[in-house]
Amino acid sequence: MSVEQAEIEKIAELARIRVAAEDMPELTQRIAGILDMVDQMQAVDTSELEPMANPLDASQRLRADAVTETDQRTQFQNIAPQVESDLYLVPKVID
Amino acid sequence: MKRYSIRQLLDGLDQGTFSSVEITADYLARIEAHDGDLNAFISVDKEGATAAARAADERRATGESAPLLGIPVAHKDIFCTEGVRTSCASKMLDNFVPPYTATAVSRLAEAGVVSLGKTNMDEFAMGSSSESSFYGPTLNPWDTTRVPGGSSGGSAAAVAAGMCPAATGTDTGGSIRQPAALCGITGIKPTYGRVSRLGMIAFASSLDQGGPMATTAEDCALLLSAMSGFDPADSTSIDRPTEDYSEQLNQSLDGLHVGVPKQYFSAELDAGIGDTIQASLQQLEALGAQLVDIDLPHTELSVPAYYVIAPAEASTNLSRYDGVRYGHRCEDPQDLHDLYTRTREEGFGAEVKRRILVGTYALSAGFYDAYYRKAQQIRRLIQQDFVAAFEKVDIIAGPTTPHPAWQLGAKSDEPVAMYLEDIYTLGVNLAGLPGMSVPAGFSEGLPVGLQLIGNYFGENRLLNTAHQYQQQTDWHLQQSGKGE
Repeated sequence: MSVEQAEIEKIAELARIRVAAEDMPELTQRIAGILDMVDQMQAVDTSELEPMANPLDASQRLRADAVTETDQRTQFQNIAPQVESDLYLVPKVID
Repeated sequence: MKRYSIRQLLDGLDQGTFSSVEITADYLARIEAHDGDLNAFISVDKEGATAAARAADERRATGESAPLLGIPVAHKDIFCTEGVRTSCASKMLDNFVPPYTATAVSRLAEAGVVSLGKTNMDEFAMGSSSESSFYGPTLNPWDTTRVPGGSSGGSAAAVAAGMCPAATGTDTGGSIRQPAALCGITGIKPTYGRVSRLGMIAFASSLDQGGPMATTAEDCALLLSAMSGFDPADSTSIDRPTEDYSEQLNQSLDGLHVGVPKQYFSAELDAGIGDTIQASLQQLEALGAQLVDIDLPHTELSVPAYYVIAPAEASTNLSRYDGVRYGHRCEDPQDLHDLYTRTREEGFGAEVKRRILVGTYALSAGFYDAYYRKAQQIRRLIQQDFVAAFEKVDIIAGPTTPHPAWQLGAKSDEPVAMYLEDIYTLGVNLAGLPGMSVPAGFSEGLPVGLQLIGNYFGENRLLNTAHQYQQQTDWHLQQSGKGE
């Protein structure tokens, strides 16, 4: 399954990573190399195998629905790039 | 520099031969004098370390005891430390000072550990050479033209060079064991879920596991006893009682069944490593162990399965770096889309971007079944190999890596060649088993690691085997000439 540059451009857009046009051919080639290596999986019959998401096949632990966190807004917002009136600032989204 | 084990330092502290303030100052001076050559540290916390050492000495003076009271260690810069910059070796987190501390780090602090600072690594732990760090590569103390391995290469180099007696590391596909092997030190990756992942910056959440790196198995046991245990704040932490890993170190290896997988001695294995490992297997036999040939038939498939699962989980985990709440933000974003895409273009290095893209591809519509689901099915196959093997043997032994430390830059442009270096370590993470690397000799003057793999929660047996081996061999005591 060889990968086209257009597909990598689409994936980069989905992953929200800007890639300069001149870097695209090399990036595509590297990723194609990785995907080619990964493709040796396709030769294995896995139809009878249950996918394994957790190495101990553990499921999510539940806890009581009780408030355990304290308000740490100031602490968290101290390290934010841009904050105003307790809100995280981003460029204007709607005119 | 003469190295001291934690055991030796504890004895000296107990007998009043020296204080924690004195040994901490000595290690800080060693870092200052020698880290310019190796680049093993990203941040050194001189003030914090001195204050913690003073507090440890005061606790000791009042008769208080704690298992590691006053022992200086370094932490991989992937563990969040409140008030101390935690960069994960990325430009993305170059300015990140965490508002909280990782559970593994705070457990060690409660046990009395003094933190010297934060060690270098591959960016976001993605790599096997520590070359992808935003702060430049760490060099191998045995030969500074070579890599120390990765991703916990800074921790391994710092311990090997005697700049700290021990350090923490994390292991997603071999990142504790492989640098331990390449730098000639001892390191253990525990069973998945044994050490809390809270505050350990996430790479691939179903594989990531923290553990200690030190000069001896005995020291690893002391550290692991302190840093492991159930943490309700980590949803994948295992609710089992904490163990004292020092308890069984002196048990005899009589009758221990050691499995030797033939797939770990394939054609790509360096001949010098092969000979060294054969000799260490004979040593285990001389200690009473019985060698058993075993089969791990799907070993080769661990590379493709891992390099789908790990990037897929990474692409999800790293989506949090958006330039909004913390970390890097690009200058003058034109709109929200520009803010995201340029922040991530500038903040991530080449290998991290490649893995995010491979992961995004593997999870995207139309490809999920062929890649992610397929890789998870192969993961099951690999685990079944280990489960079958552990019906016949108590532990598995073989080489940690196919080659000794390679030249800087030799593989940095070839991701796939670099990935293949992880062939013997990846399966352990996919299966969630504990594994360790123990110094076993040299191949052309470069350290060789013996890998020991245990059954689930079999850390005690692994550390016992490594300790017994280290009672009969002195490979773990050998040091590079660096800094002598």
